[in-house]
Amino acid sequence: MESNNTYIPGESRELTRISVVSAIYMAIRRFTATSPIGALAVAFLILVVLVAALADFVAPYPPLEANYSLLRHPPSASHPMGNDFLGRDVLTRLMYGARTSLLVAFAAVAIGKSIGFSWGIVSGYMGGRFDLITQRIVEILLAFPGIILALMLLVALGSGVVTVIIAISIGGVAGSTRVIRSVVLSVKEMPYVDAARAIGATHLRVMLLHVAPQCIAPAMVVASASLGGAIFAEAALSFLGLGVPPPSPSWGNMLNSASNEFLNPLWWMVVFPGMAITFTILAFNLFGDALRDHLDPKLRGGLD
Amino acid sequence: MQQYIMRRILLAIPTLIGVSILIFLVMRVLPGDPLQAMVDDESGPTSYTEAQKEVILTSLGLNRPLYQQYLSWMLDIARGDLGFSFWRDTPIRETIQRRGPITAEIGIFAVIISWVVGLPVGVIGALWRNSFTDYVSRFTVTFFLAAPSFWLGLGFILITVIFFTWRPPITLVQIWEDPWRNLQMTLPPAIAVGLGMAAIIARMSRATLLEVFREDYVRTARAKGMGEQKVVWRHVMRNAMLPVITVSGLQLANLLGGSVAVEKAFSVPGLGAALAQAMSDRDWMVIQNLVLLFAVIFVVINLIVDLAYALIDPRIRFR
Repeated sequence: MESNNTYIPGESRELTRISVVSAIYMAIRRFTATSPIGALAVAFLILVVLVAALADFVAPYPPLEANYSLLRHPPSASHPMGNDFLGRDVLTRLMYGARTSLLVAFAAVAIGKSIGFSWGIVSGYMGGRFDLITQRIVEILLAFPGIILALMLLVALGSGVVTVIIAISIGGVAGSTRVIRSVVLSVKEMPYVDAARAIGATHLRVMLLHVAPQCIAPAMVVASASLGGAIFAEAALSFLGLGVPPPSPSWGNMLNSASNEFLNPLWWMVVFPGMAITFTILAFNLFGDALRDHLDPKLRGGLD
Repeated sequence: MQQYIMRRILLAIPTLIGVSILIFLVMRVLPGDPLQAMVDDESGPTSYTEAQKEVILTSLGLNRPLYQQYLSWMLDIARGDLGFSFWRDTPIRETIQRRGPITAEIGIFAVIISWVVGLPVGVIGALWRNSFTDYVSRFTVTFFLAAPSFWLGLGFILITVIFFTWRPPITLVQIWEDPWRNLQMTLPPAIAVGLGMAAIIARMSRATLLEVFREDYVRTARAKGMGEQKVVWRHVMRNAMLPVITVSGLQLANLLGGSVAVEKAFSVPGLGAALAQAMSDRDWMVIQNLVLLFAVIFVVINLIVDLAYALIDPRIRFR
């Protein structure tokens, strides 16, 4: 049996690979077992992401193809969600719209929260004058109700996918800074932070290796909770005609073109994009709640 | 308490000054400066020669140094002069006075609706926890938490137009001029906004009620033989309502941001619709002043909520 204990590089790598896969599998099973609703939400979100990514293959028509014989045509066998005011297929545009809306939401949350988290860590850890001054800036950013700040930025920057992402991400910086800063304020009092400083670790090293890892769980909770908000923000900004400009579809600007038909509204133009927005936000909310309970039961109810 | 109030008010002032500076800088310095975009627009009826552009910029005072422009804006506001719309020549102050009441009405009605609908749903959910009713109400609440109010608004109009061939009036009528027509205009958006807020109230009140039911003083009250009705009303409700009141106040403040999309969905001529219109027209003076007004109202409502909370709950004051 002794030969079995000798070190074989290839085999050990194989073992590690298998254990990583099984660890992920276990984590997924645990998540599904503790919150079946959260798992259902994730399954729905994966479906939406797949449809968005594979829109070129699964969409029945090209997104900009206008069919002038089917202007404002209600749902039919060949166009299950009807046609819009240019005769474009609503189902197709919904699929391509998922691409825009999800891209905007994920990018805005990734950018906004990265800035917010780094800011929160530095502000909470360094304290002193830096904290005092930058927290006043956070207060100023928090003094704009809802989407008003993003709206104003869009007026200044002009509309477009990139500017929408910038506007929404700036709107989301301040709130996440606050949350992470409060986490850091308690983490930095831990003995191991003092210990790391005592053995000569630089502030940067302490922040990156000792403080930041403690913020990952709350950061993931905040980020997942704000994905739904980002979908809403894109929808609202594009609905107001300042977000993603036509003709490229997004869920918000589809509702905008629906509301332009104020005198004779087309129900399929209102119902389907709105359902897509609502159920995606719903799924992100449920996923966020499940993740919060999963990562830290103590946070339950604390963040809303 | 007086000291606490003074401190909170004094702290709000630098925030508001910062807000005004930020608004000013965004409107002037960012790459797509709205005025430049407006003046540079070669297409349509608004094209200018170099000389004309110079005249416009001078008449609007836009070729002065930035700090002078900022100071004169602040001085104008201090005098109560909010300037004119660039395109319509109507004083902005008049727009606010005419349209403000509509938005305020929608907000107040929405808060009332959110309490009337949300509180019973939350209380029933907490009292009959895990019953069939509880599951149905939680499912509904989760849906309304996610549904954007402007979409609910579009759906509302859709239903009334298709089934009742009725749509809300779109000409501005104040409540003291013609209450019936005014309510037709303000109640539908208030319902659309109020349902979303009701969902938050229901969720919040259910959660806090369940929490308070576990408190020691509730057990004590029951142990000393107090009737369940009295326990619920005197001990549980009073304590559980504190956080719900706060959330409701914060929602009222946040409603200002949501009003922009909702008012557009209903074509209601409120302040939010005015801001949306100004933004698509790039009417920079209107945008600048309305955004500042929204921020001021937001900060003031938040301040009032904080102070009210401190008044109800003495623990806050002394922290």
